Amino acid sequence: MNSDDSLYDEQVVRPYVMTRGRTEARAKLDLITLAVTVRPATGVEIGLDPEHLAIARLCRRPLSVAEIAAHLDLPAGTVRVLLGDLLHGGFIALQEPQPEVDVLDERMYRAVLDGLRAL
Amino acid sequence: MVSGPSDGKKLPTPIKLLIAGGFGVGKTTMVGSVSEIKPLRTEETLTDRSIGVDDLSGVESKTTTTVAMDFGRISIGDDFVLYLFGTPGQERFWFVWDELARGALGAVVLADTRRLADCFPSVDYFERRGTPFIVAVNCFDDAPQYALDEVKLALNLGPDIPVLLCDARRRDSGKEVLIALVQHAYGRRPLAKV
Ligand SMILES: Nc1nc2c(ncn2[C@@H]2O[C@H](COP(=O)(O)OP(=O)(O)O)[C@@H](O)[C@H]2O)c(=O)[nH]1
Ligand SMILES: [Mg+2]
Repeated sequence: MNSDDSLYDEQVVRPYVMTRGRTEARAKLDLITLAVTVRPATGVEIGLDPEHLAIARLCRRPLSVAEIAAHLDLPAGTVRVLLGDLLHGGFIALQEPQPEVDVLDERMYRAVLDGLRAL
Repeated sequence: MVSGPSDGKKLPTPIKLLIAGGFGVGKTTMVGSVSEIKPLRTEETLTDRSIGVDDLSGVESKTTTTVAMDFGRISIGDDFVLYLFGTPGQERFWFVWDELARGALGAVVLADTRRLADCFPSVDYFERRGTPFIVAVNCFDDAPQYALDEVKLALNLGPDIPVLLCDARRRDSGKEVLIALVQHAYGRRPLAKV
């Protein structure tokens, strides 16, 4: 994917710079937790990096942690930290997956089966 | 933390399904054939601090393992969205499995009859963890054709674990596999939800 070595190096190093060592993320978000922007970031906010703004732009429609990571070519761990910042600043809302015990919900199974059959 | 976007619309609930199996068995192919988006790739990184055994200075060394996963998405109306993760089937990646299996509705173990043993670690893992799973035998053209019962026997599967044939390249076949999985998971859920 990279013909340019310096570009490659930059991509390896940047996530750690960007998150300023906060690699031990706060509450660990699941890869499928959805994020959606609820307050647009204009770019003048203090403490938001270009990567925060890129996430806020991307999440005008709900996207999972995994999708954000893939679209922005960032490690999922880095995206978790950035989402934590955005959540803290009130820019995004999150939808977490059902807790494991609630994967018993009959309505969910029915909806998923109907949805798959209709594909 | 369940708050909707500013227009007041509720976000769909994300649901995770796993597609596991050995290298080259067709995981990415199956994800791609049923997904509504082109399969995407994400990476999970584990940093392991350990003291090098052959290092007399006792200096700590840090090793980093990165596991790439392909995934796709299927929207189920406005209420649910399925994410399908193709997960590498090697045992040394169990740290990624634990993360992925948490909250997963179920797993498809893809098998290739030319290399049946490749799916042992996946079967073992889901059995041990109690994650509902089914086995789908991906039909490669030059692979020996076994009866499903033989596959079941070779994998030492319980009688209640569904085994079916599939063609990971075909959307309708992938769809059938996912329906079989969700039905199985539904039947497996504890009957009384108090
Ligand atoms: N003949 C045949 N080839 C397949 C089938 N499924 C996958 N393949 C091919 O097998 C190769 C490996 O598949 P891939 O999905 O990348 O495997 P993964 O490593 O499990 O993700 C690719 O070249 C696919 O095109 C199948 O059902 N039949
Ligand atoms: Mg693959």
